[in-house]
Amino acid sequence: MKTVEEIEAAIEAAVPGAGVEIVSNPSVSLQHSLRLAPSHAFAVATFLRDDAELSLDFLSNATGVDWPEKEIAEKVKVTRTVTKTVEGVEQQVEETVEETKKRVVPGCLEAVYHLFSVAKGHGPVVIRMKTANRTDQVNLPSLTPVWRSAEFQEREIFDLFGIVFTGHPDLRRLLMWDEFKDHPMRRDYVEPDDFEYEPTAHDEVLKRAEAHRARLAAATPVQEGAGA
Amino acid sequence: MSTSGFVQEKDKREGWNRPPLIEPDGEGELLEVAMGPHHPSTHGVFRMDVALDGERVIRLKPVFGYLHRNHEKLAEGMTYLGSMPFTDRLDYMCPLTNNWAYALAVEKLTGQAVPERAEYLRVILGELTRVVNHASAIGFLIQEMGASGTPLMYAFKEREKILDLFEALTGARMMVNYLRFGGCRVDATPAWLDAVRKVVTGLPQFADEFERLLRGNEILMARTQGVGILRPELAVNAGVTGPMLRASGINYDIRKVDGYGIYNRFNFRVPLGDHWDVYDRFLIRLLEMRESFGILGQALKDIPGGPVIDPKAKLRGFRPKPGEAYGRIEAPKGELGFYLISDGGPNPYRYRIRPPSLINLTVLEDMCLGMNVADVVLIFGSVDIVLGEVDR
Repeated sequence: MKTVEEIEAAIEAAVPGAGVEIVSNPSVSLQHSLRLAPSHAFAVATFLRDDAELSLDFLSNATGVDWPEKEIAEKVKVTRTVTKTVEGVEQQVEETVEETKKRVVPGCLEAVYHLFSVAKGHGPVVIRMKTANRTDQVNLPSLTPVWRSAEFQEREIFDLFGIVFTGHPDLRRLLMWDEFKDHPMRRDYVEPDDFEYEPTAHDEVLKRAEAHRARLAAATPVQEGAGA
Repeated sequence: MSTSGFVQEKDKREGWNRPPLIEPDGEGELLEVAMGPHHPSTHGVFRMDVALDGERVIRLKPVFGYLHRNHEKLAEGMTYLGSMPFTDRLDYMCPLTNNWAYALAVEKLTGQAVPERAEYLRVILGELTRVVNHASAIGFLIQEMGASGTPLMYAFKEREKILDLFEALTGARMMVNYLRFGGCRVDATPAWLDAVRKVVTGLPQFADEFERLLRGNEILMARTQGVGILRPELAVNAGVTGPMLRASGINYDIRKVDGYGIYNRFNFRVPLGDHWDVYDRFLIRLLEMRESFGILGQALKDIPGGPVIDPKAKLRGFRPKPGEAYGRIEAPKGELGFYLISDGGPNPYRYRIRPPSLINLTVLEDMCLGMNVADVVLIFGSVDIVLGEVDR
């Protein structure tokens, strides 16, 4: 089977400007993946399926991953000019100090697909796509028209993660009920407090319910089907 | 989950890989039937909203989620090993293969080696599980055909013997929690292996009897032949795996393709279907059971001594290095995969199960369109699902 680098080259040759990026996997499984630009993902997916040598005709697994906004504290070496008094004379001295800088990595939602070839018996080739953010730009192109096995799995990702797949023929919730708001697999999901619905709510239960309402109000509201 | 009035909805799915929809003939009224969630044929809590024109099915929508407990979210909140008992509860007919798939994914993530004896034990238990599953699946299929009880009890008679073996080894009939990353939890005694040999010796006789009773049965043939045809190109595109895929004539068995564990040491054949219908799916399961007897015989003959778990395997303080892995096995129902992302912590960052039962149901509507409503029960039965795995 081709390596990811070879597959990337083949994609770039077939779909010019596809913008495929290799995401290396540091674990021993060595299952490196290819990140597709959502704008070209459909064309790339069709190529991967139809190319005679790759013939990745079998989409095995499709799933979502939630990457919330993360603050990373890094130590950076900074060189700056300081005015110092050396032996009674004021001098401009260059000095290197270590500073802790905080960098915010913006959050995103990711869809990951594992492809195999039934015809050739090789795989997996892992492809992934990233949304622009986690709130209002959560659209990705649906790969269901290319591989039908994504039909229910993309519905599940929509349901549990809130990625909206444009071009999916029947995008509804799969596991949760239609009236349900929010997406349970997101890492900042606040689970409902069922005590709220106790028929004879009393002291402690009422307190919990109130705390729960406050938590809900504090959490960022998720827009249902945002951008669809 | 409300789907009322879905017949009137414009079908948005035209133009991609699916057969043309059937239009009502315009005579009489259409009928919408909710089969389930408490329908005896749905193997649990599952609903099929069926639109009928007379007896003919013209639309079918599966409705999931009645048994959803967000197993994946639970797993993100506990250690890697902590999820092992919960995998038993996915496809509760075959807990040992669920354990195996999960252990395999974690071993891929960490590069953990597995000792010989443990690999053999995994094969023995995995194949016994396949026998249990296929025998019960056939039993349930015949039950749904109207042969209430008796054929299923023939299958369950054998299942009980095998579950007794599981109980003797693992302490539980179904919730086994037996595999560990890098091996198995406890060693099998020579007496246990002898007991397995005794049961395995009796299995071909059971299969002969089962086959003789069913294979040539006139009612079974009339009800299943030519019913629920699944074309091979659709089966591959829709991600159908396991006996379903092979009944559609596609030679794809992960035991052969990946050769995970030690499967490339065994000599077995992959039965394939020719007519792609319910009868083929029934027959493929019967034949696969017979191949499993062969694998069991070889494994029981060759099983070596030694430890059942790698002495270097880490059970406490288990923290895989950051990275991700997808591991899959040929479970009795199809490709069961686990996708894990580690961020270096004690809990998986992402834990995903690729459920064969759910994905095999993608083609349920395609197989049922134009069939009689009584056939829907059989076609659904021939997919062989367990709702614990569909809804997770």
